[in-house]
Amino acid sequence: MELLRFATAGSVDDGKSTLIGRLLYDSKGIFEDQLESIERTSRDRGDEYTNLALLTDGLRAEREQGITIDVAYRYFATPKRKFIIADTPGHIQYTRNMVTGCSTADLALVLVDARNGIVEQSRRHAFIASLLRVPHLVVCVNKMDLVDWDQATFEAIKEEFRGWATKLDITDLTFIPISALQGDNVVHRSANMGWYEGPPLLHHLEEVFIASDRNLIDARFPVQYVIRPMSGDHHDYRGYAGTMAGGVLKPGDEVVVLPSGFSSTIEAIDTADGPVDEAFAPMAVTVRLADEIDISRGDMISRPHNRPQSGQDIEAMVCWMSEQTQLTPRAKYTIKHTTRSARAMVQGMHYRLDVNTLHRDHDVPALGLNEIGRVTLRTTAPLFFDDYRRNRDTGSFILIDETTNTTVAAGMILGASQ
Amino acid sequence: MDYELSHLKMLEAEAIHIIREVAAEFERPCLLFSGGKDSCVMLHVAMKAFWPAKPPFPIMHVDTGHNFDEVIAFRDQTVDRLGVRLIVASVQESIDAGRVVEETGPRASRNRLQTVTLLDAIEEHGFDAVFGGARRDEEKARAKERVYSFRDEFGQWDPKNQRPELWSLYNGRHRKGEHIRVFPLSNWTELDIWQYIETEQVLLPHIYYAHEREVFRRDGMLLALTPFIELLDDEELFTTTVRFRTIGDATCTGAVESSASTIEQVIAETAATRITERGATRADDRISEAGMEDRKREGYF
Ligand SMILES: Nc1nc2c(ncn2[C@@H]2O[C@H](COP(=O)(O)OP(=O)(O)OP(=O)(O)O)[C@@H](O)[C@H]2O)c(=O)[nH]1
Ligand SMILES: [Mg+2]
Repeated sequence: MELLRFATAGSVDDGKSTLIGRLLYDSKGIFEDQLESIERTSRDRGDEYTNLALLTDGLRAEREQGITIDVAYRYFATPKRKFIIADTPGHIQYTRNMVTGCSTADLALVLVDARNGIVEQSRRHAFIASLLRVPHLVVCVNKMDLVDWDQATFEAIKEEFRGWATKLDITDLTFIPISALQGDNVVHRSANMGWYEGPPLLHHLEEVFIASDRNLIDARFPVQYVIRPMSGDHHDYRGYAGTMAGGVLKPGDEVVVLPSGFSSTIEAIDTADGPVDEAFAPMAVTVRLADEIDISRGDMISRPHNRPQSGQDIEAMVCWMSEQTQLTPRAKYTIKHTTRSARAMVQGMHYRLDVNTLHRDHDVPALGLNEIGRVTLRTTAPLFFDDYRRNRDTGSFILIDETTNTTVAAGMILGASQ
Repeated sequence: MDYELSHLKMLEAEAIHIIREVAAEFERPCLLFSGGKDSCVMLHVAMKAFWPAKPPFPIMHVDTGHNFDEVIAFRDQTVDRLGVRLIVASVQESIDAGRVVEETGPRASRNRLQTVTLLDAIEEHGFDAVFGGARRDEEKARAKERVYSFRDEFGQWDPKNQRPELWSLYNGRHRKGEHIRVFPLSNWTELDIWQYIETEQVLLPHIYYAHEREVFRRDGMLLALTPFIELLDDEELFTTTVRFRTIGDATCTGAVESSASTIEQVIAETAATRITERGATRADDRISEAGMEDRKREGYF
């Protein structure tokens, strides 16, 4: 069965958690004891109706404040697909948790409150989803019950969003009018909005075409771990374990190993279930080569005529995630990219993006919490990368603060710096 | 060739990636193994991750002393069969050493005491990464936890201050005395676990399949008669056909009435069930609405 990962996005209280609760409830994706538990909690709090957002807002602090603080992961399946949902927070303070939820998503649901229309946070989230190259975006215009199911309201929001989204890089954009609270157009078609001709949300999630989202062209195999059994039966075994990060590799393929530049041929691709004829992303395999060459974690195996870029100077968009510190020129961090780690210094800060207008602010000294900007990084060792647009696995990195050990930035590579 | 992976293969690949990442980046990992189905699947995946070599870390059982005999026998057979190294951290020893005080009364359980034993063992052995088989679909606090879950020097989880976790880039950096709990099966559901057990023929303790057992009813659950539990006045023993959906401390893990004696039958039952495994079988989760979150903050699994 096919797996679809999707994330919610949008401003505080636009109804993301309620929508997920509704989706799970109406598709019978929740269990009786879970339902009883949130019914009890809703009753104890004196809510007029069962608050379906409690299905994902599971932390004490979230329930007290009635907001989502961190991503909740939920799972459900229909006969057509399996779904992994990341319900993310709308509050600006927790944007980094929204980025966490979207980084692995195939699709993002951006919620907009029909009464308020598009607000700054809807733009910020839609922009982040496009920056993270979530391939499919669905704008759910929610709380249609509060605007009398009015078609004109829906169309106006749709037009405004479309107009603004032309500035973004979004390949697949869909709009659905819903009421998460009452269930209209979530799992079942709404009886209140006869004017809407598209499918309800679940139908769209089941049908959206995701198979072509993967990169099957550029073979990339970051070496993760060297397997040397040190036992009698497999005394001479030496395999390079890792997860395919793009393209296809087959036994017999000529390959080149970076950074050494040595070439060899794939002798076999092993798994514990036996050798395989082909490996593609995201398979976890062990590659054996015909020649004994020195290879270790952090090396990259690719094809000789289709190599990743390599270098120590990279251009990237970064999303800053630290409350305590700011990203400033000349600051140093640990960078993690594929299976490689190095140190990185901020060589240059080019601009900060205004997420509302997408205007580039060139005169900024630093990036603060939840700000997005373009930087040049210099690393202590070469990285083997692709543009993030081409490959999410080999185009992404994180920066880690070396004193606090926390993850302070998410980075998307634009290319080598000239 | 359509270059598609089944969802089970995708989940397995993700788990293998995580396990290899830990082996490559940490000095002293260990894998928690209780003999329960999730830890059996996790160990199975770990064996596959390093094949033909063995996993480069030991496994650890936090032994409450309140066990089902079948599970301990199964644990020891598994260790022999796979040739892995077992460490046992004993709650009884923590009690004897005065580190924890045994609860008393008919509802006494050692479930909460395990946390101290676990944290002491992590410190004693200097483990810097500890694999757990917890899944996000189990419980609402777990649904919020990262794959790499940072624990401070007291073993505490701070749910309001988790590190961002992006793509498949995991940040395992920590200072001495701190550690990371790692959950390779985060994205698996109970049904995925059973389907995987079927396709991979993963061995489990027999008590996961229907068998006759002497049980009694308490708090809406069926508890097994064991030497560690006292019956209350109005509780009556009876024999019926049951199986376990989870295996924890024998005093607070309930059985479910079931005639599912094969993997196929268990899968059919799991696909049709309307109650979560913890709701059906775990007294420990019924303490309060935030029972799991509170225990996790203290350093629980
Ligand atoms: N009338 C109406 N109310 C709704 C609808 N959807 C959500 N709400 C209400 O809006 C409020 C906020 O809903 P949540 O689901 O918690 O919002 P959220 O987007 O998850 O909020 P954060 O996660 O904190 O950003 C709750 O009181 C919901 O009951 C809807 O379709 N109609
Ligand atoms: Mg929410």
